[in-house]
Amino acid sequence: MPSFDTIIIGAGPNGLAAAHRLASKGAKVLVLEAADAPGGGAGLAHLSYNLDPRVETAMNPAAHGLEWLDRNLATTVLSPDGNHLRLEGPVGMRIAGDLPEADRAAWAALRARLLRFAAVLSPLNQMTPPRIARGAGNPMGKLAMIALRARMLGAAEVRELGRILLTNVHDLLDDELSDPRLKGALAFEATLGGWLGPRSPNSVLPWLVRLAGQTAGVQGALGLPKGGMAELGSAMARAVVAQGVTLRCDARVTRILVEGERLVGVSLASGEDIQAARVVSCIAPKTTLLGLVGPRHLDAGLYTRARHLKARGGAAKLDLRLKAMPDFRGANLKDRLILAGSEHDVERAFNPVKYGRVPDHPGMEIVLSEGSLSAIAQFAPHAPDDRDAARAAMLAACLAQLEVHAPGIGALVERADILMPYDIEDRHGLPGGQWHAGELSVEQMLFLRPLPGIAQYRGPIPGLWLASAGCHPGGGVSGSAGWNAALAMEAAE
Amino acid sequence: MTALLHFKSPLLKTPFHPRTEAANKLWSWGNWGGYTTALTFEDLAMEHSAIRNSATVYDLCPMIKYRIEGPEAADYLNRLTIRNAAKLSVGGVHYTAWVNDAGHLLDDGTLFRLAADRYRLCCQERHLPWLLDSAQGFDVTIHEETEEVAALSLQGPTSAEILRRAGFDIDGLRPFRMAEFPLGAGRLMISRTGFTGDLGYELWTTPDQALPLWDLLFDAGQLHGLRPIGSDALNIARLEAGFIITGYDFTPADICVREDRLRSPLEMGLGWLVDWDKGHFTGKAALMRQRDRGTDWSFVGLEIDGNIPADGAILYHGQKHEAGVITGACWSPVLKKNIALAQVRTKYAGGENLWAEIYALRELHYAKMMMRAKVVDRPFYAPDRRRATPPGGF
Repeated sequence: MPSFDTIIIGAGPNGLAAAHRLASKGAKVLVLEAADAPGGGAGLAHLSYNLDPRVETAMNPAAHGLEWLDRNLATTVLSPDGNHLRLEGPVGMRIAGDLPEADRAAWAALRARLLRFAAVLSPLNQMTPPRIARGAGNPMGKLAMIALRARMLGAAEVRELGRILLTNVHDLLDDELSDPRLKGALAFEATLGGWLGPRSPNSVLPWLVRLAGQTAGVQGALGLPKGGMAELGSAMARAVVAQGVTLRCDARVTRILVEGERLVGVSLASGEDIQAARVVSCIAPKTTLLGLVGPRHLDAGLYTRARHLKARGGAAKLDLRLKAMPDFRGANLKDRLILAGSEHDVERAFNPVKYGRVPDHPGMEIVLSEGSLSAIAQFAPHAPDDRDAARAAMLAACLAQLEVHAPGIGALVERADILMPYDIEDRHGLPGGQWHAGELSVEQMLFLRPLPGIAQYRGPIPGLWLASAGCHPGGGVSGSAGWNAALAMEAAE
Repeated sequence: MTALLHFKSPLLKTPFHPRTEAANKLWSWGNWGGYTTALTFEDLAMEHSAIRNSATVYDLCPMIKYRIEGPEAADYLNRLTIRNAAKLSVGGVHYTAWVNDAGHLLDDGTLFRLAADRYRLCCQERHLPWLLDSAQGFDVTIHEETEEVAALSLQGPTSAEILRRAGFDIDGLRPFRMAEFPLGAGRLMISRTGFTGDLGYELWTTPDQALPLWDLLFDAGQLHGLRPIGSDALNIARLEAGFIITGYDFTPADICVREDRLRSPLEMGLGWLVDWDKGHFTGKAALMRQRDRGTDWSFVGLEIDGNIPADGAILYHGQKHEAGVITGACWSPVLKKNIALAQVRTKYAGGENLWAEIYALRELHYAKMMMRAKVVDRPFYAPDRRRATPPGGF
């Protein structure tokens, strides 16, 4: 058994990105993945919207078998009467369909502004969060550049950024737009993967984080890999192995081993112990601290704060096998389809979830391929009283929604599977089934992510590093947290 | 539904109140943790004198008490407190303290090991949320039992003799040990502990036995100078013994507002409690860093010239640079010296050229004086009788 200086827990995008970077700098890296295949949460996603360009350049998934079907996918906003809107180009640069002129102009202005704001904030995603402390060694030059770029937006724009930053998506849209289809689709998009409705406070900021992403150099563009997002994870895994990293699947870490006040390795479910001076946990920080390290090696205050980390998932994953392709009243089935209704429908789909109940009319992001339909359905309760009943109700609600928009689809269904947030937790280890491994909300962002004091990727025990989507900058299939963490480790050496 | 009338009597009464009320000739009461507590019963000098020359009782009921039990109670306490609770044998008591993640003191207290898997933690402040949060992941239950225990402190040279005369064989009881005896229809636990630095015991029973216990002691102590004392006399005795009180000598971290007022055990002279080898405990990493770096603050005992107690006095180095503050002070009747406890900046803790700025109120006008302060070892006063086993029959 060769010895390793670094163990990475979890072969998701962040674990693979960190492994690649560390190995490229000469570290002997072992990646341990609990599942039978690498990729982690990548397979839950439909589309790539924020793959870190540093990660893509270094790992080059295209050279490891990844093919893109589209790197600027259009979105069709479904209307039950067939009066669809088609958002073409990144974040609806052009809108085809029946839309009032005033809305077109207003959306063009709002879109440009949101993308500008997101672009100003986006350099934060590629750095270790600053610390609010004296002598913390913050990258003052980089931070000054961000401030300068924000200032260069002009006083009026800075004021507007300040105004909307902590406001809610519903009010932001309602100020500018009138068409309920457009507002509904944008409200759905803005809250995708979160545990907040469009009227929840602070819902704009996570949307800006999402809009800071890019695909093939185009901000806000959506990429669709051939074979689905799991293929992106597989290609990243091949890149990592080519870099000399050892990747072991079916290797569930059950404990992080600590001796004295230092980490010494990990223990596997098989009973095997593996020594290493450095362990990088790329699974959710909450799981890492509560489950793998445990209270005996952590201070009580930190342990309590970790228990209180908010991790509620609001998205269910629906997979249908179809006998034939359905007809969404003429929608282009190669597009991403959004079935959301109005902005009020999105909020109404969130309301029951707050009380552990299933909404009657969930919204859906739908991607079709030959013989199958995959949908992310929102919102779904993460902790209902009766899990099986909630799952059945959610499936029925989703099928009813589909039937309204694609009459006759029910008769085409050969098989239907739905993963509720708690199923996602059981299967992928994401606490609460939360897609971002911890809610992406303003009180859990930047230097507060996952918790103040451990937001700079350095864990609470010497030798332990945290580098999952639950760390800054958060979720999506980006690899940013893993890459940033690897840079922080290099800087610490 | 219970009528919510607590506001009509904001201070609660302890199970000993019928006796303390009758004895409180000065009607001098204070608030200790929400309980009506005697400050002085009759004569402060006589009460302090009784601690050192005969025997005294002091009502301990307001002290906060937690019962901690379960198979992992020792592990839990080792994570919670800075001392090694596993090393404490059943029937033993030790002084300990606990800190937050940053290593700042939350409280100090005494830990009693009642059984292999059962402890009692006694302290000044209420900590249930912290104790419960700390219990996450441990097979242990935490129960606040302040009102379920009636406790009386019996202190002074004749205390052992009074217990003998009351029918309790405590001759074999060594310091920091405890023993249990029948008392009426209930039980009495006697521990050889106290807050005076003298020979003494703490007596623990159920509230229904409180008054019979009081009467039993006063019957037995009639010829041995037993008298009740209030908090004022106890405060002088504890200063002579060099003991600190949470909230007086340091501000507990959970209620401390000013960052520069937070103190660690190392800064409060409690470094000797820390078991660095027992494994992880809350605050250990922070305390290790402080240990390696050195402390900004130290805690010292002082002898000060003159006879004006220097409570709250600011300390100066060379009569010029602020060096610290006195947290507790008195004229010690036993030592005939002016003593004090103080937080001092570590760089001045050697005690060279240290001065206390004392303001004496004399008929409405303050007299300001700079008095030399000398750093001395604590305790200031430690008679051999406090440790003698069997205890002397004074």
